[in-house]
Amino acid sequence: MSKFMTVMMHTYRSKIKSKPFLITTLITIGLLFVITNMNEITKMFGEDEVSKIGVIDQTGDTLPALQTQLKQTSDDLKAEAFTKSESEAEKAVLDGKIEGFLILDRDASGIITGTYKAEDVTQQSLIADVELALQQIKNKSAAESIGLNQEQLAAIYSPVSFAKESLSDSAKSEEEAAQVYILVYVVLFFMYMAVMMYGSMIAVEVATEKSSRVMEILISSVSPVTQMFGKIFGIVLVALTQLALFVAGGFLAVKLNGQLSGSESIINELKLNEIPTSLIIYALVFFILGFFLYATLFAMLGSLISRVEEVNNLMTPVVIVIVAAFMIAMFGRENPESGFVAAASYFPLFTPMLMLLRVGMLSLPVWEVALGISVLIGAIFLFAIIGARVYRGGVLMYGNAPSLKLFKQALLLSKQEKKNTTDI
Amino acid sequence: MLTINEVRKQFGSFTAVDGINLQIPKGEIFGLLGANGAGKTTTFRMILGLLTPSQGRITWNDKEISYETSDLIGYLPEERGLYPKLTVREQLIYLGQLRGMTRSQIQEQTDKWLKRFGAEEYLNKKVEALSKGNQQKIQFIAAVLHRPELLILDEPFSGLDPVNVELLKSAVHELKKEGTTIVFSSHRMEHVEELCQHLCIMHRGKSVVQGNLKEIKRSFGKKNVSVKADFDLTYLKDTAGVIKHRSTGDGIILQVDREEVAKDLFQAIQSKGFVRKFELEEPSLNDIFIEKVGVVHE
Repeated sequence: MSKFMTVMMHTYRSKIKSKPFLITTLITIGLLFVITNMNEITKMFGEDEVSKIGVIDQTGDTLPALQTQLKQTSDDLKAEAFTKSESEAEKAVLDGKIEGFLILDRDASGIITGTYKAEDVTQQSLIADVELALQQIKNKSAAESIGLNQEQLAAIYSPVSFAKESLSDSAKSEEEAAQVYILVYVVLFFMYMAVMMYGSMIAVEVATEKSSRVMEILISSVSPVTQMFGKIFGIVLVALTQLALFVAGGFLAVKLNGQLSGSESIINELKLNEIPTSLIIYALVFFILGFFLYATLFAMLGSLISRVEEVNNLMTPVVIVIVAAFMIAMFGRENPESGFVAAASYFPLFTPMLMLLRVGMLSLPVWEVALGISVLIGAIFLFAIIGARVYRGGVLMYGNAPSLKLFKQALLLSKQEKKNTTDI
Repeated sequence: MLTINEVRKQFGSFTAVDGINLQIPKGEIFGLLGANGAGKTTTFRMILGLLTPSQGRITWNDKEISYETSDLIGYLPEERGLYPKLTVREQLIYLGQLRGMTRSQIQEQTDKWLKRFGAEEYLNKKVEALSKGNQQKIQFIAAVLHRPELLILDEPFSGLDPVNVELLKSAVHELKKEGTTIVFSSHRMEHVEELCQHLCIMHRGKSVVQGNLKEIKRSFGKKNVSVKADFDLTYLKDTAGVIKHRSTGDGIILQVDREEVAKDLFQAIQSKGFVRKFELEEPSLNDIFIEKVGVVHE
């Protein structure tokens, strides 16, 4: 086994076995199950509950129409005639026998009016249902009074047929744009999670080795460059393992959802299966490249600190960069054509998110995507070279909070050590 | 054979090691002495290839030292370091693999060394749960696990109790017998005197004394006279040729610039009373060290 593999497998094994890894993986998979099956879970709680309202019908003939109307629109709401006085109705509400009561009347011009009274008026959907039903009864009776029949009435209220079509062949349809947005959102989210979790994992690894001084033995048997990349690949492997577990968990969760709710599964609702394969491949490419970029950055930063506690100081600027990318992506969703977004998408730390957004939302020429990927790969190499140098110098330096000065020192120290930089 | 040829190391304008020349033959135990900041650790790091000399060359068996030769070298750093959260076994497996060993080789060597150090019960304990002395044993095992040809021990005995010091010393002797070349630094002069045939005293990056221990002592010229008697001896310090004196509990130790002075001293006390002890001693390494480096080194 080569030393690179030894370092990689050691990093991988020790992380996979660690408690935080097991716990976060289990919790996340649990959450996936809950979220994808949210519709079933809410059903479980709310299914048998039918709300009853009392109706004091002073018009004398509106209640049956209201009942028919409610039957059509909402199956968890029932209106019943309440024949006693208003004060008794109030008592019934307070006793919890009915949700509330509705007083129906006619105003001076003979138009139906309604007053709904309940313990509190926060049950928005119930009130809206009642109001809508009443509105329709009013419309109907008003229409009848001027002599319109059902067909004429239907013609008035039928929605206009309105379709949007883009003239450019390559432009994305609205539906496609929505899918892209979901995908970009997912990649962004994973990116953020990955950088937060694994980025700090790499930095902590390096810092632990430095603070426990194992580093001296390690670098006497393995070159720092081999060590750094062994570590990065080990953590990437951990990330991929976790991602695979998430995907498998998510797949099972969706499957379960499909079995529970038949055709209305979340896959069909979001039309996830219609996302073009090319976009998924782009998403994977950008995710992996982006991950490497940030991982290299963190390994480099980790080598500059001497204590694990200092890792948090390092995280902040990187998190700000990711949040910035997130904000630009939000903006870019509304204005994908914006020159600002285009320019930002070539800034390596933003490229994974923004270029993916642009690829999805616009019809970018291939060269632009290729350029974005090249910029990313170039940046990874650059970071790796600088990172390896800083790492060489950094691991032998102790004390001092991370600073630009320290960074320079580390570079200087490693510049003198050129001899071995090529031994991977 | 380890050859260090005109090696200099500069950090910016600071010269950490300034023109060191050493030749250490195979199977030898070589001592590197020096106060803190004398350049010992920098020298070790250059031997290990962690630092590249600004000038000069270091070779092991005529080959430049690089990561290709690292499997031949063992290192016990001054700042002890092991993974606190790993068990002794996991630790040794990882470090052994990094030195190019297979699992079964590691297993065999680990068993052998743990048994030798009477530390078998720690095999599956986490390092952070071990006492400092036991951690040091594990650290030592990690350095010699892969049977290195060249073993570098930076302050191997610091922080150990006398029993463990003896244990480690006998292990070092045995490794030497098996042909391992050992370079070690220590600030305990008696350890150096006991273990090394050759040594080098470093001061501010330069080698101030270097060579065979016996020759160094002989060429130092000065000797010690230790006297114990039933009467007051302090007047002896005024004898011509006495450089320094130090009172002990029941006597005096006088440093003299040549052997003949001892005869004068012997004459001077003869008729004064009962003399319990009169001995002409070789200078201790500590004397030489203090003389050459000019500071008291604990």
